[in-house]
Amino acid sequence: MVVTTNVLSVNQLHKKYRDIIAVDGISFDVGHNEIVGLLGPNGAGKTTTINMILGVLQPSSGVIFIEDMNIETHRSQALANTNFAAVYAPLPGNLTVYENLHVFGLLYGVRDLTERIDILLEQFGIRPFRDVKCGVLSSGEQTRLSLAKAMLNRPHLLLLDEPTASLDPAAAREVRAKILEFVAQDTGGVLWTSHNMYEVEEVCDRVLFLSHGKILLEGDPRTLAREHGKTSLEELFISVAREPLALRVS
Amino acid sequence: MHFNRIAAIVFRQYYLMRGSLSRVLPLFVWVAIDMVLWGFITKYLNAVTSAGFNFVPMFLGAVLLWDFLVRVMQGVTIAFFEDVWSRNFLNIFATPLSILEYLVGLVVSSIATSLVGLIVMLILASVLFGLSFFAYGLTLVPFLLVLFLFGIALGIFSSAVVLRLGPASEWFIWPIPALISPFAGVFYPLSTLPGWMRYVSYLLPPSYVFEGMRTIISGGAASGSELLWAGCLAAFYILCACWFFTRMYTHAVHTGLIARYSAETVS
Repeated sequence: MVVTTNVLSVNQLHKKYRDIIAVDGISFDVGHNEIVGLLGPNGAGKTTTINMILGVLQPSSGVIFIEDMNIETHRSQALANTNFAAVYAPLPGNLTVYENLHVFGLLYGVRDLTERIDILLEQFGIRPFRDVKCGVLSSGEQTRLSLAKAMLNRPHLLLLDEPTASLDPAAAREVRAKILEFVAQDTGGVLWTSHNMYEVEEVCDRVLFLSHGKILLEGDPRTLAREHGKTSLEELFISVAREPLALRVS
Repeated sequence: MHFNRIAAIVFRQYYLMRGSLSRVLPLFVWVAIDMVLWGFITKYLNAVTSAGFNFVPMFLGAVLLWDFLVRVMQGVTIAFFEDVWSRNFLNIFATPLSILEYLVGLVVSSIATSLVGLIVMLILASVLFGLSFFAYGLTLVPFLLVLFLFGIALGIFSSAVVLRLGPASEWFIWPIPALISPFAGVFYPLSTLPGWMRYVSYLLPPSYVFEGMRTIISGGAASGSELLWAGCLAAFYILCACWFFTRMYTHAVHTGLIARYSAETVS
């Protein structure tokens, strides 16, 4: 068993669907109290990578360690300390907010579940919707619920796939503050995908630029653009999306 | 195996049931209609045929036992379909939940829902049509157990088929009990069937139950060894169904179907 100080270690991860290479031998780590941004255009392999880390997609090759547990051989133990929120994975709309949190709290083995749910309802401002069916919540309210679910088990590794995509700027700022607070208070690490480069600069300690399944760039989001002759992270993102090969050569 | 994870699957089903009339009514409405319909048919048959033969335990009892098996199977598949319909696979399979815990959760949900149907059927059959459960004696217990086990096996197998083929393949599942019933000899002795059909019957645990039921009604005693064989056969089918479900799940994880289930790929 490999002992690691990182909360997530991905080594030579590869995923191929017949002739299509979705993820092409990427390696990276996420440390404790670190927020790592996984950036890239649509189809770059970000969600595929997250799905493999969550154990719902089998890699063609490569290994994933969550703390010191291999996701392939110690799936349940590794996922007990992991959680995620994604815009494409809303919680069942036919259960109420409380019912969803209760069911997922049991699945994650959360202790003192009722008290934990109470805290999260308050923290994410969804107490007024406690007994409301999730299907009738606005997309912003559903996002806050997904984040509350993602925090249920005080995860060591939190995977966030565009967590603020459907939020207004004020709500998005609040959510960012909550996640920064989570990272500062606990020992958890976060892998965060976003297309909002302003947000990435604000929250991420480090970013990885992914294109065609490969990591092209890695560095500090506040200095990376300048290092590559660009005026902003957004400009760098567009360059990665349009001319990944040119960027690699440079 | 963690109890709390199994409880989560059961709670999810309970929460869905308690707030939904459209989920609660099917638990007993269809079986109640079957009881009333077949109750009157058997009463009519008793009236028009020669005296001395009671059709009530023969036909109404057969319908009751068969409906119980169908309710058990549907208890598993409906609980599974709730995850299909709400596109919940990514959420639940990204948790520490194991496949075995998930399947046990579906089975426990099915025990609760099928019991509701069974109780309603027993009350209607006895109160309205005078069907005495004591007509079958203590053998009613192994009868129900064999049917329960086989219903669980069918439910898990059906769920695996839908997991493999996608949400639209749901319609493959509903006719499965109807396809099995002619071979199971629900209403007639297996000797009625042509040879090749009888060979299929011998592989179906319910056929031993219905043969045993007819033997008891005719004044004989059901064969304990045959019921034991039927129970072992049903338990074997459960193991096969669990293996099949695990294989389909592994395939879905390999192809990415779990994460994007609505894509309905059969590749």
